Amino acid sequence: CPCVRVPVAAAVPVSPRSRPCPCVRVPAAPAEGALGFPAELPPLPARSALSAAEILRYSRQLVLPELGVRGQLRLARSSVLVVGCGGLGCPLAQYLAAAGVGRLGLVDHDVVETSNLQRQVLHGEARRGRPKARSAAAALRRLNSAVQYVPYRAALRPRSALRLVRQYDIVADCSDNVPTRYLVSDACVLAGKPLVSGSALRLEGQLVVYNYRGGPCYRCLFPEPPPPDTVTNCADGGVLGVVTGIIGCMQALEVLKIASGMGSSFNRHMLMFDALEGRFRNIKLRPRKADCAVCGDRPSITCLQDYEAFCGSSATDKCRSLRLLPGGDRISVQQYKELLDARAPHVLLDVRPQVEVDICRLQHALHIPLRKLEDKDEESLQRLQKRIGEEKRRTDDQTSVPVYVVCKLGNDSQKAVKILQELPAEEFGSVLAKDIKGGLMAWATKIDPTFPQY
Amino acid sequence: MAAPVSLQVEFGGGAELLFDGVKKHQVTLPCQPEPWDIRSLLKWIKQNLLKERPELFIQGESVRPGILVLINEADWELMGELDYKLQDQDNVLFISTLHGG
Ligand SMILES: [Zn+2]
Repeated sequence: CPCVRVPVAAAVPVSPRSRPCPCVRVPAAPAEGALGFPAELPPLPARSALSAAEILRYSRQLVLPELGVRGQLRLARSSVLVVGCGGLGCPLAQYLAAAGVGRLGLVDHDVVETSNLQRQVLHGEARRGRPKARSAAAALRRLNSAVQYVPYRAALRPRSALRLVRQYDIVADCSDNVPTRYLVSDACVLAGKPLVSGSALRLEGQLVVYNYRGGPCYRCLFPEPPPPDTVTNCADGGVLGVVTGIIGCMQALEVLKIASGMGSSFNRHMLMFDALEGRFRNIKLRPRKADCAVCGDRPSITCLQDYEAFCGSSATDKCRSLRLLPGGDRISVQQYKELLDARAPHVLLDVRPQVEVDICRLQHALHIPLRKLEDKDEESLQRLQKRIGEEKRRTDDQTSVPVYVVCKLGNDSQKAVKILQELPAEEFGSVLAKDIKGGLMAWATKIDPTFPQY
Repeated sequence: MAAPVSLQVEFGGGAELLFDGVKKHQVTLPCQPEPWDIRSLLKWIKQNLLKERPELFIQGESVRPGILVLINEADWELMGELDYKLQDQDNVLFISTLHGG
């Protein structure tokens, strides 16, 4: 077994199902407060020559004068911490493992879900429900068993991040949320490690190398976090797997260049990739800021902080649940099902964008995207009034006709209800609008299991 | 009197969604007594291009945190930020930073 045995901080019962060569097994953080991380990893041994097997394996890159045996030996002695084993982390780890990096630390608290498979290419169908860190390690081990893999099935936390980052030579930020990006960057500044940071959304990607050879850190560029409601995650905005793949591969390339001694091309530069235009742009960035809170001349941040509080958002890319309406203005999917079964007069208004309506819809819903309501689009409002009128006539004007508003998860529907409630009554009559809590995804999980989830 | 200034104004990283999804805008700023700078360009954008929810783009007299401004493919911090005097045919790019992965 080429793997190292690492003393684990807490006593870990060995699972009878674990295989004899488990490399470094790290227990899942059992409870809040426990550090699910192993004690210090031993340094990778310095080596003076490659074996015949290594020469054969890496021959195609060894003949590159820019890398050569010297670069390969440096690579074999380098450790890389991969924060996030998702769309960026998978291709990054794959290429670094294949190239013969010495040790890969793989951090991810999440488990593999079906909707990950489109871009997180190390995890297969059979791995659904398993921790991503271990799934990635298993796939990588099949690719190159000579590399040491250290899976960490836990989120990077302010309490443990610095100790972890100190044990690695280079950090790759492949995370999916704002608090983690500040946490990783601050930890890299405090530990003095270069940070190769990638991100992707929709059909665009960005890459910067921070805290490298006197260049800026993440905070130099973004001293203040963005307002939480301006941040879009991959579930809401969508992302093409090839785009995360391209950025993840670019990150792997820069890690490899730094580790082997070639040096990075993206110190003080941002790479911007626009997949739709097929365009790469290389933007010249500011130098390190003397007044930066963490890497400046008189830093005010000298230990890691509460990044979720700083950013006003949680350190995951899970969708947030907004609460904009009082309980009386909302109904559950069960209540809506009862109204439907009782044939109660109403209008169901679906406010999702057209592209999501094309994926799945309730047939009887009227569709007006939230954007049109926000713009007070006249044609759309007329359609709504017409539908309310039809429903009224159907019931011989016996009852008022409420409008139930639905979207994917129950956030946009609340915004739409607010807009409808604020329409001038003299023009539109009074519209009784309520939103359906949890949206169509709640409908799919609680009422109709055949309804698609996305 | 400053002459009219023609610019290419671009939005990316999702910032274009505040501008009907249009990434590239050819813009001609009219004559005005003072020379055009980024500060006055932002005001002009707010009045002429940005119709809804300006708080998602502008904060105070600058851009909101998380938007990087690039003038002719360089960080505006290198160019004087709000005080940069716009030249004819400049390219000004507003890019929202991405966080997904
Ligand atoms: Zn800094």
